[in-house]
Parts: sequence; C-alpha cells; structure tokens
Amino acid sequence: MSAEKRIVLQAKGITKRFPGVLANNKVNFDLREGEIHVLLGENGAGKSTLMNILYGLYQQDEGEIFIDGQPVRIQDPTDAIHHGVGMVHQHFMLVPVFTVAENIMLGAERLHQGSQGREPERPWWKRGFFNGLQNLERLERKQVSARIRAISRQYGLEVDPDAIVGDLPVGVQQRVEILKALYRQANILILDEPTAVLTPQEAEDLFRIMRDLTARGVSIIFITHKLKEVLAVADRITVMRAGEVVGHTTPQESDEQQLAAMMVGREVILQVEKADANPGEVVLEVNDLRVNDSRDLPAVDGVSFSVRAGEVLGVAGVQGNGQTELAEAVTGLRKAVGGAIRLAGHDILNKPPRPITEIGMAHIPEDRQRHGLVLSYTVADNLILCDYYKPPFSQRGVLQNQAIDENARRLIESYDVRTPSPYVPAGKLSGGNQQKVIVARELSRNIKLLVASQPTRGLDVGSIEYIHKEIIAMRDRGIAVLLISAELDEILALSDRIAVMYRGQIVAVVNNGQLTREQLGLLMAGSPPAEVGLSL
Amino acid sequence: MDWKRYLFIALIIIALFSVVIFVGKTQTPPLVIAMSMLATTLMVATPLTLGALSGVFCETSAVINIGIEGMMLAAAFFGWLAAIYMNTIFGYEPMPSLITGVVVAVLTGGIFGLLLAVLSITFKVDQIIGGTVVNMLAIGITGFLNRQLFFEKNSVFGGQVPHAPGTLPIIHLPVPKVVGGVCSLFTADGCPTFANALGKVFDQRPIAILAIVLVFVSHYVIFHTRWGLRTRAVGEHPRAADTVGINVTRVRYINVVIGGLLAGLGGAYFTLESVPSFEPLMTNGRGFIALAAMIFGNWTPIGSWAAALVFGAAQAMQINLQFFRDLIPPAWSFLQQSYIVGLTPYLLTMLILTGIVGKTVPPAADGQPYEK
Ligand SMILES: Nc1ncnc2c1ncn2[C@@H]1O[C@H](COP(=O)(O)OP(=O)(O)O)[C@@H](O)[C@H]1O
Ligand SMILES: [Mg+2]
Repeated sequence: MSAEKRIVLQAKGITKRFPGVLANNKVNFDLREGEIHVLLGENGAGKSTLMNILYGLYQQDEGEIFIDGQPVRIQDPTDAIHHGVGMVHQHFMLVPVFTVAENIMLGAERLHQGSQGREPERPWWKRGFFNGLQNLERLERKQVSARIRAISRQYGLEVDPDAIVGDLPVGVQQRVEILKALYRQANILILDEPTAVLTPQEAEDLFRIMRDLTARGVSIIFITHKLKEVLAVADRITVMRAGEVVGHTTPQESDEQQLAAMMVGREVILQVEKADANPGEVVLEVNDLRVNDSRDLPAVDGVSFSVRAGEVLGVAGVQGNGQTELAEAVTGLRKAVGGAIRLAGHDILNKPPRPITEIGMAHIPEDRQRHGLVLSYTVADNLILCDYYKPPFSQRGVLQNQAIDENARRLIESYDVRTPSPYVPAGKLSGGNQQKVIVARELSRNIKLLVASQPTRGLDVGSIEYIHKEIIAMRDRGIAVLLISAELDEILALSDRIAVMYRGQIVAVVNNGQLTREQLGLLMAGSPPAEVGLSL
Repeated sequence: MDWKRYLFIALIIIALFSVVIFVGKTQTPPLVIAMSMLATTLMVATPLTLGALSGVFCETSAVINIGIEGMMLAAAFFGWLAAIYMNTIFGYEPMPSLITGVVVAVLTGGIFGLLLAVLSITFKVDQIIGGTVVNMLAIGITGFLNRQLFFEKNSVFGGQVPHAPGTLPIIHLPVPKVVGGVCSLFTADGCPTFANALGKVFDQRPIAILAIVLVFVSHYVIFHTRWGLRTRAVGEHPRAADTVGINVTRVRYINVVIGGLLAGLGGAYFTLESVPSFEPLMTNGRGFIALAAMIFGNWTPIGSWAAALVFGAAQAMQINLQFFRDLIPPAWSFLQQSYIVGLTPYLLTMLILTGIVGKTVPPAADGQPYEK
C-alpha cells in the first residue's frame, strides 16, 4: 500500500488471562486513520476481550496501548471516551425504557462535555460540595435532542431523539449506539459483531454508514465471523484464533475459503454437499395455526405449511417474527389458540411434549442451555432425557446405570462429543459440544420429524459444518426436517423449500434457488411478494 | 405511572371518605367530615410516604430494601433517645432537643442504610437477607437498649424514663386565611365554615409537611436531573451505565444511604411528632406497608405518595369513625376493626399486582448485584 495512513491506535503484546483461559496472548493490533479494519475469528477467539481492553472495561495483564503514537493507560470507559474511542457492544448497552436522547446523553449529560469529559482526578473530599451539586442540575433534554438531530443529519443516521429505545427495531437501536459514540466525538469506533442481529438490508445500511464515517476520518474496527461481510467491507483483515493473532490479509489477497481456513486452523468445507431431495409422504401438516406470545399477543397468525419425509423446509425470518412460537407450538411447549397440527397422521395440537416425542419428533431447541439440556446433570443423564422412563434405561422405576453408561459411551463416540468423561456436568462443555449432546440424543432415536431451531447459533465453524452434515444425513434417511434459522446462509445451504415468515405470517413458500439472497432478504424485511418480483 | 392507576386510587379514597361522611352526616356537615378525614389522612400517611420514598431511591438504583421497617424503628428509638437526653440539658426549652432528635433519627436511618449498602452491594449478600438483617438488628438493639436504659436501676437514667420534650409543634399554614380573603371578595362573610374546615387540613406538623415537599423534590431529582438519569440507568441496565463511565457501585451506595436517611425521617415521626414516647416494635409493620405503597405506586415518588394516601385514608376512616361510634349501622361495625385497616394495603397491593389497573414494572435489574 502506498502513502500509508497514520496509525491512530496500536496495541502491543496484549495478554489477558481469565481463570483457566488465556483469552489474549501477546496480541498485536493496529488501526490506521479512516480505514475499516476487520477483526475476524471464531467464537471464543478473544476478539471481544481485546476490544474490551481497548475500551477500558478490562485491564490487560501485559502489553501497551498507544493512541496517536502516545502510550496511554485506559483504566475505565471514561478514559477510552476521553481518548476518542467509542464502542458498540455485541449486546447493546441501551436502556430500553429511556428515550434515544436519554440514552445518548447518559454519562455525558452536560452539553459540550463531549470527549474532553474527564475532570482532573481528585479525592472526593477535595472535589468540593458544589461540584456534586451539578448532579442536581436540570437535564437539558431539548438542547441535547437538537444536538442529536444535528449529528444524525450530518452522518445520515436517521433517528428520532424522543422515541423510546425499546420500541425501536434492532437496526435503529444500533444507530443509537453509533450516535452515542459520535455524540462523544469518537474518532475511533469499535463495532463488535454488529451484524449478528441485523437483516441483510439493515446490514447493507450499516455498511453504507460505515463507509460514510470513514470518509469523514473516523477509523473503524469491525468484528465479525461472517466471511461474506469481511470481503465486502474490509480495508485490512486481522484473523484471531484461540487468543492469538494468526494472520493479516486484505480482501484482494484472499477469499472465503482461505479466511475460513485461517479462522479454524484447517480446511473447512463451507458448501454443504447434498444431492437432490427425494420427498415422500407428508409428515407434518400445519393448518391455520395461531399462537400467542408470552404477553398474550398474536405471534403466529394463521400459518399453514407441510413438510414431507426426506425434505428440509427452511423457515427464514428475522428474529421475533413468530418463529420461536411456531417451533414451540409444534413441539408441544406452548399452547396454540387455534388451528391444527398433524404429525404422521396424529392430531398433536396442544398435546404435551411426551406423546409428541413418542410419535417420532426430535427437537433441537433455540436456547440450548435452557431448553435443550439440564446443565447441572451429567452428559450421560442428558443423553437419556427423552427415554429415561423406558427400558432399557429404567426397569420398574429404577434407573439402569449399565444401560445408561453404554448408551452414553456409544453416542459420545459416534457423535464426536469432546468431553473428558460421560460424567461431567453438561454445563462444563463448550457450546459446540453441548449442541452435539443434544443432536446425539435427538437424532439417535427412531424419529419421523426433526424440528431444528437456530441449530448453529453461536457455534464455531467446525461445529456448524458437523451439524449441517448431520441434518442433511437425516434428510437423506427419509426424515422430515423443519429448519428454523435467522441465518439466511444456513437456510440457503440446507433447505429444499424455503418459507419466509414476517410478522407471524408465512409470506411466501418457494423452492430453494427460485429466489436470490437479496429477494429473500427483502421478503424477510416485509416487502410484499409482488414487489420482490414473485408471482404467487 | 398511568392515569388508570391514579383514577383507581382517587376512587378508593373517595369511597373511604364517603363511608365516614355517610355515617356521620346527621351529626356533622359533610364538608367538615371530609376536611377532617383529609387532615388525618395526610398526617397518618407521613411515615408511609417517607418509607415509600426510601424504597423508591433504593430500588430505582436496583437495591431491594425490605429493611425500611427496621430503619424506621431504629431511627424512632435513637432520635427519641437523643431528644430526651438533650432535654435533660436544655431543660424545658423543647425545640433544640426535638431538632437534635430529628437529626439523630435521620442519621440513624442513614447508618442503617449504609449497613444495607455494605451487605448487598459490596458483599453481594442476598438483598432480602440483607434487609432482614437490618430489621432483626433494629428490633434487637432498640428492644435491648430500651430495657437496659429505662428499666434497669443502675442505668444512666436510673431505671426510669426521663421527661420527654413533647412533640414537634403544629404549623398553621396560612392557606385558609388566603382562601378566606379571596372568598370575602365574592361573599359578604368570607365563607367562615369553609375556611374553618380547611384550617384543619393545613394545620400539620413539620415532618408531615416535609414529607410532602420531599415527594416532589424526589420526583424532580429522579426524573429531571443528571443524578436521577444515572440512578435509573443503574437500576435498569447497570452494564450500559458502566460502559459510559458511570460508577455503578457508587451510585447505588449513595442512593441506598439516601433511602436510609428518608426512612430515618419517617422514624422520627413516631417518637417526635406523633407521640412523645417510644415503645418496642412501635413501627408496627408500617415499613412493610410503605413497601406496598412503593409497589402500588409503580416505583415512582408521586405514585407512591398517592398509594400512601390510600392506606392513610383507610386508617383515617377507622380513626374518624370513632367520633361517630353510636351512629354506625350494626352491619358496618366491622369497619371500626383495626384489622380491616391493617389488611387494606396488602389486599389492594395484591389487586394491583394482578395488572387490572395498569402494568406494574419494577426496575429491570432490581435485586441483582452488579458483576463486572
Ligand atoms: N469475563 C470473563 N471471565 C472469564 N472468561 C472470559 C470472560 N470473558 C471472556 N472469557 C473467555 O475468554 C475467551 C475469549 O472470549 P471472547 O473475547 O468473548 O471471544 P470472542 O469475542 O472472540 O468470541 C473465551 O474462552 C471466553 O470464555
Ligand atoms: Mg465476542
């Protein structure tokens, strides 16, 4: 690269240990003015830890940080803000009941306090009583709102300062987070997995905003594990694995395959290999199903579809459009208010989970830790949760340890669960291995239907590859699969047919391949099918 | 808090007032009864109001305070102790002793608040247990010292209760005069009945008046100042507050101590304003009713005050019905029973929690210690 831009932030030899984990090991990282520097790595690679150190939420055990070439000590977020560092966290740091303006002004309530924020460090008894009285000044809500409007106009970040944050869609909440940093005059912006919660369109919007910001001299660290995005937005790429930086590259010099290999440390097969489906008779039939959510508002609003033996029906949709409630109703975890569900000819509407399971339903639940496993039980016990009351695991009400042990060892072996022994609590396993325990338990039974909700959420590339292969293998054995996922890539990779859910309704069911990624994204975002160019 | 809840509160208060008016109307004009009820309500609601404000400050910053009862009891005792001790020095000039008593009561509340803060914020003890510790400690200390100081022959006070400085004096707010003056512009006689009846409402003692002022001060602080914004943020999403450089621990500490000071003032009401004496356990569950008022009032100062007035009105009904004992229809005589009054707060709070009259939403992080 010619005429290299100046380095605005540099981390040298950062090491951070958590009890039992070396989260960052001598990490070097630098950021140049006005660039988008992607930090890529699997879950648990140590990306968030490094960023939290730069933002002052954690202290490094070793290593130094330089800003504009000067060594700095960042002891808390106030220091970071003072040095012009802003961060949008993986989980939003917004108070849902506050307005946008209240959220943005929080911690920087005085107008023009901006980044010069920090008052000189003095013990409280010298700080003086009258300084404390600033706490009782009236909030300048109007002026703050006006300033927010000005900034959002300047950067093209549309948002109403007086809206309640909890009422806003996720994409807009994210803009509020970005505004929060800009309000504090940040010129270094850290975005930690910002696209995990966005629709493809919202993500596109975000990329546009990011480019706008860099054009105005803001430098951005962008964290993700989605390979497509990396290639689309990065100026430079740094890859982390197991707490260490394992390589640098640029989009020009690499491709998805290469990036994935760097991330995981071995070759990965990104494309799931699958033959054409061979659908048989209808296994699951859902008719005009209506389900309410926990607040008793309609979540699934008259949904009908069917899944055949030997095919994967993928339900695509942005989180919170009724998919969770749909899966819960089908699996018997939530009462429906109307409609019909038939599984292999049996009426299962509002039946409890056990009879549904016995007809032949397997469920990989969305929240594996709460609904998939009993975290404090051993792996062996978790592996018999569906069948513990039947022989061979139970004889006349007494558990048969021998059979349970044999079952556990067999499944751990054949599903490649990495655990020190069958008798460690499931909660001690990594996310990927926890999911494998569930998969092993559910798929090893004699089943007709598999309901898989977000089966790979938060998993590393290796585990994702494994679970995808298992799902396709089930399909090829003639099992009907209902796949629910917010990851469009996952839907496209596995499904034979795709149903798009929006606001509790299925707005379209198409064969995979009939629509492009972009068209599906539009449908997920609520565009009417006709507008997307789909004639029904 | 939404209008539905206020409407509900207004209707209950009107109903309670109506009962007394209905019973006594043949003997006393309705206007006079209503004003008398209002005066009593404002008076007896005082410790509930202050206790509820204590709860509001603590819980807005996400520290549950079920120790209000104990804080008030301890404050009532030590405030009174300070007052009678000062009285032995100042002799028969009561005001300096009483004022010292109030100050000591408030500080006692603050110290117990600090204890709760240390337990629940620094040591992350379960907050319900922390509050219970405060309650048990207050009952123990006050009971023990009361016995040691006043009923043991060789104590400082020689085994008897010294002369108390009395109670805080009534302040005659000039509102009725002003009303009378305005009234005389339109009528010949300046409506003396109305002005007179009104007089009772505005003849209140200092802590009662201060409590009402503090309701509005608290509302301003919590909803319109930087401190309030930070406090609410810490109670709703402490991590978000942390990431913008707010010291969560400090904000919680200060709010819990403020809560203690307010409960302390509520305690002073019992021994320095209501009656000039101390008895073991004299707060008699008022701290818990205050907590109910806070929930009823949806964790807001003005809402909590309104709820405290409802509970106060129930008590005022019982008190005022005693004047009309002979007029009460036999079927209604149960209304004089104190247990009816005692039950009202809890029954109403349960009703509120069912969600019939608007949603009840505590701060999202209420009761959770903050872990970095
Ligand atoms: N506060 C913490 N306490 C203990 N371990 C932690 C903490 N934060 C992160 N870790 C561990 O450090 C490692 C790196 O985590 P993280 O930085 O969040 O990864 P990434 O953001 O790349 O997914 C993981 O093994 C994680 O379990
Ligand atoms: Mg992370």
